Amino acid sequence: MVKLPNISQIPISRLIIHALLILAILVVSFPLIYTFIVSTQSLPQATRLPPNLVPGSSMIENYGKAWAQANLGRIMLNSGVMSLGVTIGKITVASFTAFSIVYFNPPGAGFIFFMTLLTLMMPIPVRLMPTYQVISSFGWVDTYFAITLPYFVSATGTFLLRQFFKTVPQDLVDAARVDGANPLRFFVQILLPLSRTNIAALFVILFIWTWNQYLWPLIITSSEAMRVIQLGIGFMIPKGGTGLPPWNTIMAAVVIAVLPPLLILLIMQKEFVKGLIEPEK
Amino acid sequence: MINFDKVQKWFGSFDSSLLAYLFALPQLAVISIFFIYPTALSLRSSLFRSVPFRGLVEFIGIRNFIDLLTSSSYHQSLMVSAIFALSVTIIGVGVSLVLATLTDRIAKFAGFYRAALIWPYAISPTIAGVVWGFLFHPTYGVVSYYSPIRIDWLSNGWQALFLLVVAATWRQLGYNIAFYVAGLQSIPQSLEEAAVVDGANGWQRFWRITFPMLTPITFFLLTMNFIYASFRTFGMVHALTGGGPAGFTNILIYKVYTNGFIDLKLGYSAAQSVMLLVFVAGISWFQFRYTERRVAYR
Repeated sequence: MVKLPNISQIPISRLIIHALLILAILVVSFPLIYTFIVSTQSLPQATRLPPNLVPGSSMIENYGKAWAQANLGRIMLNSGVMSLGVTIGKITVASFTAFSIVYFNPPGAGFIFFMTLLTLMMPIPVRLMPTYQVISSFGWVDTYFAITLPYFVSATGTFLLRQFFKTVPQDLVDAARVDGANPLRFFVQILLPLSRTNIAALFVILFIWTWNQYLWPLIITSSEAMRVIQLGIGFMIPKGGTGLPPWNTIMAAVVIAVLPPLLILLIMQKEFVKGLIEPEK
Repeated sequence: MINFDKVQKWFGSFDSSLLAYLFALPQLAVISIFFIYPTALSLRSSLFRSVPFRGLVEFIGIRNFIDLLTSSSYHQSLMVSAIFALSVTIIGVGVSLVLATLTDRIAKFAGFYRAALIWPYAISPTIAGVVWGFLFHPTYGVVSYYSPIRIDWLSNGWQALFLLVVAATWRQLGYNIAFYVAGLQSIPQSLEEAAVVDGANGWQRFWRITFPMLTPITFFLLTMNFIYASFRTFGMVHALTGGGPAGFTNILIYKVYTNGFIDLKLGYSAAQSVMLLVFVAGISWFQFRYTERRVAYR
């Protein structure tokens, strides 16, 4: 075995790398650390010049105010329902499709796959008005259906799972058949557990993606009771107007809004990175 | 718990290709109802003159497209979108490649550094916009306070665009770094060892091995970042600049939205949707062609 990292045998260059990385982390993290600090300050502290980096003592007050004023309880619930619904829906539908394509390979499987890839060319702005009309014709405007069902397709998910299913050894399928397992049992009890790393990576990507949706919920929901968190934050920002906006309360709401996706990312980071690479052959 | 034996009986009455279509049905239904059909409607609406509150009133062929392509506000929107998306893509992918490679060259704390660099990925484009908007706030912002030039993105168009580039790039760094880290981990150890044996220094190792091996991921990320900057940054524009000042942040998706849902010009907005479809198709085609030719291995 060759001793590998030759560059880090030189202490100086290793030090430089550490210094560069620490600097990068400080720059990358600063906006959020500062956001958190502002969320603990009183309004005069938050808007004092020069800006100060000392946490204030108004944390509980600010978070309470943000929670009550922006109706965050309801809004976070809506975002939670939407994100979990869409993530689970996308993964379920995509795994069904990948299962069908790989294990049954029916006539037209190529067409199904082609249609799926085609959706990549049709982000919401390409079909903004008509999708609204479709939802409206179902009578679903301003409902949970409107902010979940239209999302129930994932080209990435279908592609990733199809690639993975192809690597599952044929022996396993044969063994399951000999044991008298039907296709559904094979799918639920063997295939899905084997795919858990990929599914975990998909879960992280799709949950964060859905939690952060803005344009579609803006168009398709109208009542405050159906508002999702991104819109809630967007509406807190003053447009032009005069007077001093409550930045400390806004930043408290921002911290609350960031927590769920951030926790999921931090907890599942290893699976996230591992599941990104497509399995070889 | 599902009773699989009951299901077995039920499924037994289907032949296997029927079963296959049954599994593919949910996806096909969603694609047809919420993707293909609305896109077809966009294509149709783009050929009609529309009147607010009365809908499509008259078939006018490609008039909407002629109006669009000769409108100076569309030219500006195209220009601004190109500057925005290209800046976000090139800066974001470049910086991420450097940072991911650096974490790959050290043994200690590499995991911690990666986690600390990946986490902004959890933040939405909207919130990234709000946070950076506050840092650059003309009166209270830290950046504005210490900046040598006067910051006023509420009236200075270039500064507003710059602010959006910074926020959008920052938000996407975590995504890019995660993919590069995954890619770096999949480079065979033996290749690097061989290079070390041959006496390659760190710099040579990067350009001769790491960079070429990462080419497919780089192309993937260039495309994904371009699409991200073009289509997923609506929230930061809507919450922060509203397309202004003077149209400097009026990127294509924001214009589709305002022309369609605020001005209620259905046909005109649909024509812009169709133009976006052409762009995405072009990007996809480019990626398909170009990645096949430039990929360094396989």
